[in-house]
Amino acid sequence: MTTPSLDIDGLLSDPDTRIIVCCGSGGVGKTTTAAAIALRAAERGRQTVVLTIDPARRLAQALGLSSLDNTPRRVERVGKDGGELHAMMLDMKRTFDEVVLRHATAEKAEQIFANPFYQAMSTSFAGTQEYMAMEKLGELRATDRWDLIVVDTPPSRSALDFLDAPQRLSRFLDGRMIRMLLTPAKAGGRAYVKFVGAGFAVVNRVVTKVLGTALLHDLSAFVAALDTMFGGFRERAQATYDLLKTPGTAFLVVSAPEPDALREASYFVGRLDSDEMPAAGLVLNRVHSTAAAGLTAERSLAAAETLEESGSTGSTLTAGVLRVHAERIRLTLREQRLRARFTSAHPQVSVAEIPAQPGDVHDLPGLRRVGNDLAANAADPGRR
Amino acid sequence: MPRLGSVPSRRSAAPAAWPPARLHVVTGKGGTGKTTVAAALALALATGGRRSLLVEVEGRQGIAQLFDTPPLPYAERRVAIAPDGGEVHALAIDPEEALLEYLEMFYNLRRAGSALRRLGAIDFATTIAPGMRDVLLTGKVKEATTRTEHDRHVYDAVVLDAPPTGRITPFLNVTAEVAGLTKVGPIKSQSDKVIALLRSAQTAIHVVTVLEEMPVQETIDTATELTTAGLPMGAVIVNMIRESMLPAGTIDREEIATGLRQAHLVEEPTVLDALLAEAAEHQERIRLQRRERKQLSALGHPLLELPFIAHGVDLGALHELSGALTQQGVPAP
Repeated sequence: MTTPSLDIDGLLSDPDTRIIVCCGSGGVGKTTTAAAIALRAAERGRQTVVLTIDPARRLAQALGLSSLDNTPRRVERVGKDGGELHAMMLDMKRTFDEVVLRHATAEKAEQIFANPFYQAMSTSFAGTQEYMAMEKLGELRATDRWDLIVVDTPPSRSALDFLDAPQRLSRFLDGRMIRMLLTPAKAGGRAYVKFVGAGFAVVNRVVTKVLGTALLHDLSAFVAALDTMFGGFRERAQATYDLLKTPGTAFLVVSAPEPDALREASYFVGRLDSDEMPAAGLVLNRVHSTAAAGLTAERSLAAAETLEESGSTGSTLTAGVLRVHAERIRLTLREQRLRARFTSAHPQVSVAEIPAQPGDVHDLPGLRRVGNDLAANAADPGRR
Repeated sequence: MPRLGSVPSRRSAAPAAWPPARLHVVTGKGGTGKTTVAAALALALATGGRRSLLVEVEGRQGIAQLFDTPPLPYAERRVAIAPDGGEVHALAIDPEEALLEYLEMFYNLRRAGSALRRLGAIDFATTIAPGMRDVLLTGKVKEATTRTEHDRHVYDAVVLDAPPTGRITPFLNVTAEVAGLTKVGPIKSQSDKVIALLRSAQTAIHVVTVLEEMPVQETIDTATELTTAGLPMGAVIVNMIRESMLPAGTIDREEIATGLRQAHLVEEPTVLDALLAEAAEHQERIRLQRRERKQLSALGHPLLELPFIAHGVDLGALHELSGALTQQGVPAP
């Protein structure tokens, strides 16, 4: 069965492609792929910015990201035909602070920054990163400074949780929970009970019992301080969601040819489908291949044994080389099986492979090579 | 093919160094085989008639996949028998269920669940309020670790397949953050107990890595981060180690051509080129492995080693890996 090959250059050359989101489980080379794609785009004349989440130190240095200042910086001496590459690393606390500053009065902002809940939430809590990545994407897009934005996503299963953000925020804002949190001072008061309705008394008792009055008070002060901003959060979350649904946004699912990573990739593809923003393709990273596929693992191993028994000159080395080859063939076949399993489940998703390298990619020539490898898939569609 | 006997044995160092903990938190960079190692560790810790609990918290159902069982419900069930009569149980923690259970256990309030849900409080606690989710997850892990029956711990060991290295410190520290927000009250005392367990000698946090640059760097960073946060670092577990299959020295083209002729194999230049390239890559990988391993030994934490399994991880492979761990001194006497 032949599956369509992902034409990365076609995607990058199309001026209508404005956003590329790279998603996938952790450790599959998502950040490297995002950086390589952005570099290739810049060298094909696009004004590109890449938003990375947590790049490895040396890759960050290669992109000139030594300072964490939450604004895109131009990568020097990169870009062709008028293209430029800018890069930034997401600073989740700073992004959150900026949102607060933009939408609250100076006095209110001070209150919010001083609140212990805010401090905990903006630095250490899971989930904040996903929200802030999308917030930043929305911001970058709004400036219209770049014609292509490449985004890396946080390395978690919940990486696509931002897709639920608008609904979740709406459910919360339209729900009674927030009203309860906003009026704890009057908790238990008759007017309050009437306001939030039946069933509230029970819940209020539970919440007070579990959280304690003091904590509830702090929490409600926090919610009250943020109250004026919540509407804005919802609006922007909705706007970003709508942006992701436009044809100008392409989702690339990145994976390694491993069962776990591909299972996650399947999950992402399904999740994107159900939101009607289908994946533009699967990037299969670190794929093994062999140029001597005709020499099977079985024959190699049998020959290796014969050679070892013979004990003649050169036999140990040759036997070793044959064993290396046998392992390579087996790995290659296993990866091909895994890929076939994925494509039979998702025949509509085009695939591009990046060959495995013994070492890590952490400089511009390395990223360029990854970009070339990616693009070569379209030129050589029948290789699988 | 990796053979058990070929796992570099660290008999002399590992047994003494392996921490005598009851809660084993397993983290690692994505792609290092964290879940596989956690499962193998749960098997090893159940060996000899013990009972271990393997816990997952990220809703991926990775345990069920590994042990080839149907998806795990929010209930502890046996998933494997360990050598010499031990049992591995498994649990996939769901934050919402954990919250309802918590309310019932401490406040006898399970019935309030539906009212809470209608109000959006459950939703708020498990998905909207960042951090709450992790509080619930670590709270449940603590409950399972400290649970007793007839004055005995229900589980001899609990293995947590924890979030990856990038998230592990905030995940384990979340209770401290929350405890910092509240000065008195039930949440405070509950959080204090979770923190006490996570920072005690009863807990060991193991970092899984492979011998590649980025994962090793992340392992080093994580070890520092954990120590700074006052969390007990356990062992570094090096996974997917590839053995050298070549004799030392240079790869001589002529020598291989002669060898191939002797074995009556084709020695077309293209085949020969391919074999040479593969051998060179293999050598390069072994060289990089050695370099990265040196960095890890310098950390001073116990180092356990697991072989690369070329045919993929199945139940048989899990037993093989668990055997390798036992051989290297797990569990502590």
